Amino acid sequence: MKKANIQILDGNHAAAQGAKLSRVQVIAAYPITPQSPVTEKLSELVEGGNLDAEYIAVESEHSALAVCTSASIVGARTFTATSSHGLAYMHEMLHWVAGTRLPVVLVCVNRAIGAPWNVQNDQQDSISQRDTGWIQIYARNNQEIVDSVIQAYKIAEAVYVPVMVCYDGYILSHTEMPVDVPAQVDVDRFLPPYKPHTILDPSHPRNYNLVTLANPRVNAEGVLCHGYMELRYLLQEALQNSKETIMKVGREFGELFGRSYARMFWEDRLDDADIVIVATGSLAMEAMVAADMLRKEGHKAGVLGLRVFRPFPKSELVRALRKSRLIVVFDKNISYGSEGATCSEIKSALYGSSINAAIRNFIVGLGGRDVKARELAEAVNKSLLSLKEGILNKEYPEWICYI
Amino acid sequence: MLPGNRLCPGCALSLAYRHILKALEGQVIVTVPASCLTVLHGMYPVTSVNVPCVNTPFASTGASASGLVAGLKALGKKGLTVLAIAGDGGTHDIGIQALSGAAERQTDFIYICYDNEGYMNTGNQRSGSTPLGAISGTTPILGKQQNQKDITAIMEAHHIPYVATASACHPLDLYEKVKKAKAIKGTRFIYVFTPCPPGWRFPFSDTIKIGELAVQTAWSVLYEIENGVFRLTSASESLARKGNLRPVREFIAVQERFKNITEKQISELQDWVNARWQLCLKRATNS
Amino acid sequence: MGTRDCKHICGESSPSIGEAGKTGEWRSSRPVIDQKKCLPARQNKPACFQCWLYCPEAVVSKTIPVRINLEYCKGCGICVQVCPAQAVTMVNEGEF
Repeated sequence: MKKANIQILDGNHAAAQGAKLSRVQVIAAYPITPQSPVTEKLSELVEGGNLDAEYIAVESEHSALAVCTSASIVGARTFTATSSHGLAYMHEMLHWVAGTRLPVVLVCVNRAIGAPWNVQNDQQDSISQRDTGWIQIYARNNQEIVDSVIQAYKIAEAVYVPVMVCYDGYILSHTEMPVDVPAQVDVDRFLPPYKPHTILDPSHPRNYNLVTLANPRVNAEGVLCHGYMELRYLLQEALQNSKETIMKVGREFGELFGRSYARMFWEDRLDDADIVIVATGSLAMEAMVAADMLRKEGHKAGVLGLRVFRPFPKSELVRALRKSRLIVVFDKNISYGSEGATCSEIKSALYGSSINAAIRNFIVGLGGRDVKARELAEAVNKSLLSLKEGILNKEYPEWICYI
Repeated sequence: MLPGNRLCPGCALSLAYRHILKALEGQVIVTVPASCLTVLHGMYPVTSVNVPCVNTPFASTGASASGLVAGLKALGKKGLTVLAIAGDGGTHDIGIQALSGAAERQTDFIYICYDNEGYMNTGNQRSGSTPLGAISGTTPILGKQQNQKDITAIMEAHHIPYVATASACHPLDLYEKVKKAKAIKGTRFIYVFTPCPPGWRFPFSDTIKIGELAVQTAWSVLYEIENGVFRLTSASESLARKGNLRPVREFIAVQERFKNITEKQISELQDWVNARWQLCLKRATNS
Repeated sequence: MGTRDCKHICGESSPSIGEAGKTGEWRSSRPVIDQKKCLPARQNKPACFQCWLYCPEAVVSKTIPVRINLEYCKGCGICVQVCPAQAVTMVNEGEF
């Protein structure tokens, strides 16, 4: 039984601890609200001699990820952190990192994107990057932040896909909670050194990321090599297969640290629930309180707290939702012109299954709008009412706001 | 650099790169953004260079180099030079932020900007280095209405230990400067003048002649600034001694990209060249 | 026939001469050296080699006699321009 090392940490410091314990070697980050304390903590650790890493005070987020890319190709373990506009600024590089199959770990402190300016929480920033080929994991609390950053390196370096660990700005980043901080010696046992698939050695020269044609091309030895499409296929294949690694790493983490993460999502009372609330990040905690309220009202409510958004756990979801007749999806994001991203993914996952549940989408919490458990419970009740009235499906999501 | 690559016949960049890599004796990691150099480097899975190389998106050359330096340092790997090499597009325009940041952080690398005065890889669109009056894809009729920015002066303002200008058409001078830069620590910036036959519209056999004419008219000035000490080198140094400066008109006349240039613009260019040359002479005397 | 056998997971390229093919096929005329005029050939010792210095394609050898790799020479004609002894002329490919 491991001795607990409880520290009172806010989310940002938890993320910094995760990076420190993972013995990251190159850190490149640009400050942005509400992420700045992560970079400040890390520079403090480096300057104080508590973390043996190169800290590069880059001049933009795009450069931050470019530094991590090259350092990772050299063979160093790299880390960056950002939010909102910073993540948007590095969009091009997100594609580049995934396409080069580099195990960079990025922490995204979820914050709304302008216009207009808003520095508070929602998940539009990381959701907007869901197509870039990164594994995306969301934390519900600060314990999950430090644990997920450490696991992120093990996952990334096993499958050669970059990992984004996301957590809600202010709600988690600036809120202190008790966190059991893993011991360095245990993390060292858990996390082997990074073995790059890239070589930068003059005695063995290789050139990375040249223009790649649409069609396969033969190399100098006569071997048929990939076209662009085949390389991209391999990335998708890696993400599909990474589910297995994510579960395995989560299980190994549990065995060593006592907290298992062998799951793509958190299940609360799903065994007998026919009403399921789906929420991601800290909202999943509010959702459990809402489920309590609904249970008191006599409903069999449960919560599916989504943890891994990419790769999206379609088959696992079908199994978990098999008893549901109403699924209420709360999104702190929206794909404009359509609906909340999580809702679309859920509908896609259930297509072709025998599950005949009604699915309702509510947009909540944008720009840091407070979301109360009572509001979530009321949204569920509203959905039940509309079901009774025979409304099977709504084309666009409903919003919990003042319009 | 291996023969049989995709660069145009008579390409000055090709010549420059040959000598740059020789001066660095192959103990180098190169990082390159979108540019004509990417074309030289070839297409997956075959490359025309015998050195390790990392291609990086257009805006990020300086940052990519910073990453290589940081990674090598973190892993304790010594003895390798990190070389960032980008065109004027990737240096003056889209890449200036990353370059400036890398220089400000005193990143230990060599940055070479090869200047063909336009976005030549994509068919000659105007860049921050395209001169006044030059026709380009995006200044097709009137020619560029503004003169080029002075990237070497900008880099000098970063107070880095070595700033130099060179030319592909004066390869021995270029070779010496790269060799000198190799031995210096900190951010080293070398600007290399690389005439472009299809972009500037002159016959590809004339590349060296154009480059030499550029120096003789002081359109291109060869100098180096080592820890703040300025000196002219090679053909610019002899030009200063002999004083036989040729008019800029002679340089302009042999390139069809200037076919629509006005007399007023030629006069403006001559004034600009004169002022810069006088300043160089003054600095050379004072050093 | 699939491409998996190449074992690449990203765009990793290896060096080779002739990445663009036999670029000698680009030219319409080729450089011919008159060994009676060429300085290192006349003196029978290393000298000049300006053609080697200025060749953008690195297909000129620093040997006696000077040799040009015609498989890859793009026929730019810079060697003609820089030879101080006017020992190089461009001859139309049609004559070969």
